[in-house]
Amino acid sequence: MRVLIVGGGRPVYFLCRTFLAKGHQVTLINRNQDECVQMARRLKATVVCGDGSDPAILEDAGAHGADAVLAFTPNDQDNLAVCQLATLQYAVPRTVALVNDPDNEAVFQKLGVTAFSTTRTIASMVEQRTALDEITNLIPVGEGKVNITEVKLQDASPVVGKTLRELSLPADSLIAVVLRNGEPIVPRGDTRLESGDHVVLITLPANHGPVLRAVTGETD
Amino acid sequence: MANDLFIVIVGCGRLGSHLANQLSRAGHSVVVVDTDERAFGNLSPEYSGFRMEGDATEIAVLKQAKVGKADLLIATTRDDNVNLMVAQVAKTEFGIQRVLARVFEPQREAVYQRLGVETVCPTAVAAELFLKSIAKEGPA
Repeated sequence: MRVLIVGGGRPVYFLCRTFLAKGHQVTLINRNQDECVQMARRLKATVVCGDGSDPAILEDAGAHGADAVLAFTPNDQDNLAVCQLATLQYAVPRTVALVNDPDNEAVFQKLGVTAFSTTRTIASMVEQRTALDEITNLIPVGEGKVNITEVKLQDASPVVGKTLRELSLPADSLIAVVLRNGEPIVPRGDTRLESGDHVVLITLPANHGPVLRAVTGETD
Repeated sequence: MANDLFIVIVGCGRLGSHLANQLSRAGHSVVVVDTDERAFGNLSPEYSGFRMEGDATEIAVLKQAKVGKADLLIATTRDDNVNLMVAQVAKTEFGIQRVLARVFEPQREAVYQRLGVETVCPTAVAAELFLKSIAKEGPA
């Protein structure tokens, strides 16, 4: 895959390295000449010095024929411009923008640009890790319409000792996998849950809270 | 143009402040947004609109400027990408009918017109005037 990355700093350096290690062809666009020299020395990537939202620079960097463009600058407006130019002018099939202001995530999606906010991701990760140690949100699927959550069952959990058939989980929820002592079990109706099991739940945002409460027994 | 429009101007540099002064004098309600408070020094003493310090690429700032109620938004900062982003956000997120953006780079103008943003490119305008003047006078 030919990937074009716009931005700089350590996160972008490591991102380039990750893509290169996976065998992708990487072109980096960076405005800062000194940083470009550094990056070119340390990475097996093509480095283009210039403004990634300038059509001429994008063209130099080979935007025609790139499989993906990733815009990772600290400025949301630049990331938006890079992605829109790549899509409209160079027909790049996949573009991703980093948004620094979490509010912009939804706005960019509306403007047709795939965006993600590291602030939001990190904030929600920290929140989950600190608030409830036994619950880990794995991934939101379908733009957050489906949650996949891992819950470690404690002794006090009301579902411990019951088979799935006996549980009365809210509608539109599913226990997809049980991890017992590191071994995955795809549960059936007669699978009995034990304390210490990690259960992977599939929920919708509407019933996420009730399902978690039913499984953990916590009432808040 | 009606005389009582609510107009948001983003960027209070030479162009932004000039527009703000003129439109305010013409009787419109004007809000000027700029990241640098000192930029408001460009406004004339007769300017009777509002000044707001903040970064217009933050939705929260645009909300505070009541962009949702504006009849018109003009983006005049010196950064093309800021202008184009603010213009698109004003249109899609806040549903403003009429949005104008200044864009210096003529190559970008074409792309953004395709996105439905009305743009003014000073570079192209100036070039056209120069060329016209040259054609009229001919070489010395």
